[in-house]
Amino acid sequence: MKRISRGRFLRTMGAAGVAGSTLSVLACQPNTSAQSGGGGGGGGGPEEKVLNFYNWSDYVAESTVPDFVKQTGIKVTQDFFSSNEDLLAKLQAGGTGYDVIVPSDYMVAIMIKSDVVQKLDMSQIPNSKNVGKEYEGLSYDPKNEYSLPYQWGTTGILYNKKEIGQLPESWDPLWDTEFEGEMSMLNDTRETFGAALYRMGLSVNTTDTGELQRAADELKKQKPLLRGYFDSTEARPLVQNGDLLMGHVFSGDAFLALSENPDLDYVVPKPAATRWTDNMCIPNGAEHPQNAHKFINYILGAKTGAELSNYTYYNTPNAAALPMIDDALKDLPGYVLPGSVFERLQVIADPGEATREYERLFTEVKSS
Amino acid sequence: MAKGWSLGLAALLAPVTLWLGLFFLVPLLFIVAYSFGTSGAYGGITLGFNPGNYLLVFDPLYLEIIVRSFGIAALTTLLCFLLGYPLAYFIVFKGRRWRNALILLVMVPFWTSLLIRAYAWVVILGGNGIANKSLQFLGITDGPVDLIFTPEAVLLGMTYSYLPFMVLPLYAALEKFDVRLKEAGKDLGASRWQTFLRVTFPLSLPGVIAGSILVFIPSSGEFVIPDLLGGSRTVMTGNLIQNQFLQSRDWAFGSALSVILGVLLLVAIMFYIRRVGTDKLEGA
Repeated sequence: MKRISRGRFLRTMGAAGVAGSTLSVLACQPNTSAQSGGGGGGGGGPEEKVLNFYNWSDYVAESTVPDFVKQTGIKVTQDFFSSNEDLLAKLQAGGTGYDVIVPSDYMVAIMIKSDVVQKLDMSQIPNSKNVGKEYEGLSYDPKNEYSLPYQWGTTGILYNKKEIGQLPESWDPLWDTEFEGEMSMLNDTRETFGAALYRMGLSVNTTDTGELQRAADELKKQKPLLRGYFDSTEARPLVQNGDLLMGHVFSGDAFLALSENPDLDYVVPKPAATRWTDNMCIPNGAEHPQNAHKFINYILGAKTGAELSNYTYYNTPNAAALPMIDDALKDLPGYVLPGSVFERLQVIADPGEATREYERLFTEVKSS
Repeated sequence: MAKGWSLGLAALLAPVTLWLGLFFLVPLLFIVAYSFGTSGAYGGITLGFNPGNYLLVFDPLYLEIIVRSFGIAALTTLLCFLLGYPLAYFIVFKGRRWRNALILLVMVPFWTSLLIRAYAWVVILGGNGIANKSLQFLGITDGPVDLIFTPEAVLLGMTYSYLPFMVLPLYAALEKFDVRLKEAGKDLGASRWQTFLRVTFPLSLPGVIAGSILVFIPSSGEFVIPDLLGGSRTVMTGNLIQNQFLQSRDWAFGSALSVILGVLLLVAIMFYIRRVGTDKLEGA
């Protein structure tokens, strides 16, 4: 799931279309912006008062880290990554020094299998009780031992309702020749194959060669209709400025666009769509595991959780934070999902050996 | 005396030898070793002798990508030459006291990161960008036309990015040119074109060769510009290699592709120098 730097600075640069990509590529270079608000250092205690937080860029509220520093005296260093794959490659290279990381669902499964993350000590995270019931026993961490959810969202279609009218809850519009050259898909193998698979009523996690080939054939048919394959943050300003009529995007980008341009709408198509979750984990060999547990516990606090989602425009997995989510956000279409919609969402899992088949086929689609 | 000189030379060469050895040769050997290994399902590699990675390259899908990338690199090189030669010629022979200032201007873009410059084109060529606004203002188009996320935009971005690599060696080659040779050509009755074709251009060939190589090599591995300006609609060799290391986690195949790309480039350049003549390169 490639959710590149999004949000705040895009809002300031938005209209010009100077979107996230450039900045995110810069941001993925080690960028140690130490944020020591209050009285850092301090000594005492068994662990040095330091925490290294490795997160997606622009994915934490402005007050979150400074407030944590004030409360605990732990100095927080933030670095940013731009894709799950970058994150994994860094951890596998070893010696990163990161204490808290934020991988997406399927990547948590890969990290558990690759033995790069450690089990969490839930007794140090009393706020884990705030996490919604829907996070119990998910496929990527079946016993909820290694991860706790940070933010979640859906993947759907952001479109210009004023130009093309209300779209049906379906993936078909993205294959409609009427919108030729006015649409984009995510530059993300699993999400874009997901759209084709969902549309055919298949599972996003299929490893069946025949089904994958059928999905690839559908995507080849679709390609001539597309303006391109974009990251969600790239597609957002294009739809918002009217350059595109329709874009396959992550929900947070859609809500950001919706809050600025009332002509737009966001749809979570039938018969299925992706529900993804980003999670907090502690890498093996983290130097400050106690501080890491404290930080995770702090993030799962009701107030912090609400602040976080009010900033990112993504959904909170924190049941206690739900009542404090901004009404303006809750009123956006697709933010609060009725149970019937939530039920039909699918979670992308690690396809194991089939990963290479997916990648080869996406290369084939793009080369067609 | 001779011995002291060679010792001094060795001392001077030591840092660069160490640098290249550590940061170029050793990683290169790693890549060659990896290319014969077996990839783990989640990244990592088991060393061994597994030539299968190389056989995978002969998949028509991948061959097509490699051929397409070389084609685009060749086109970029040609465009850079067509634009760069007149520019270098103008700066050297007509620049006069502005010569140094003009050549500095050629280098100015290097002050900004390639990514930022590539992204500037996204804004310029966008639906509401200057290019579209100008076309509409001049009455050439009625509404915004698709300029960005097209193959032409990719070619434009690549040519723009690599133009200085062509201009600088051409400038260096032309700058050393003895103007009296031109006068001699004139005195012997040659027209300006004849003088250019038979005197000036052949003498500037070393610059053409150096410039072409400097443009062709990085263009062959380029992957950022096709993504940013082409909307990721095509896959280049650079994308393919990057993909193997990150998305597919197939380090062995990624390494094999890198080795093949390197060997092909080497062969292409040797062929090119042979054709144009090594003796001319020595003049540079």
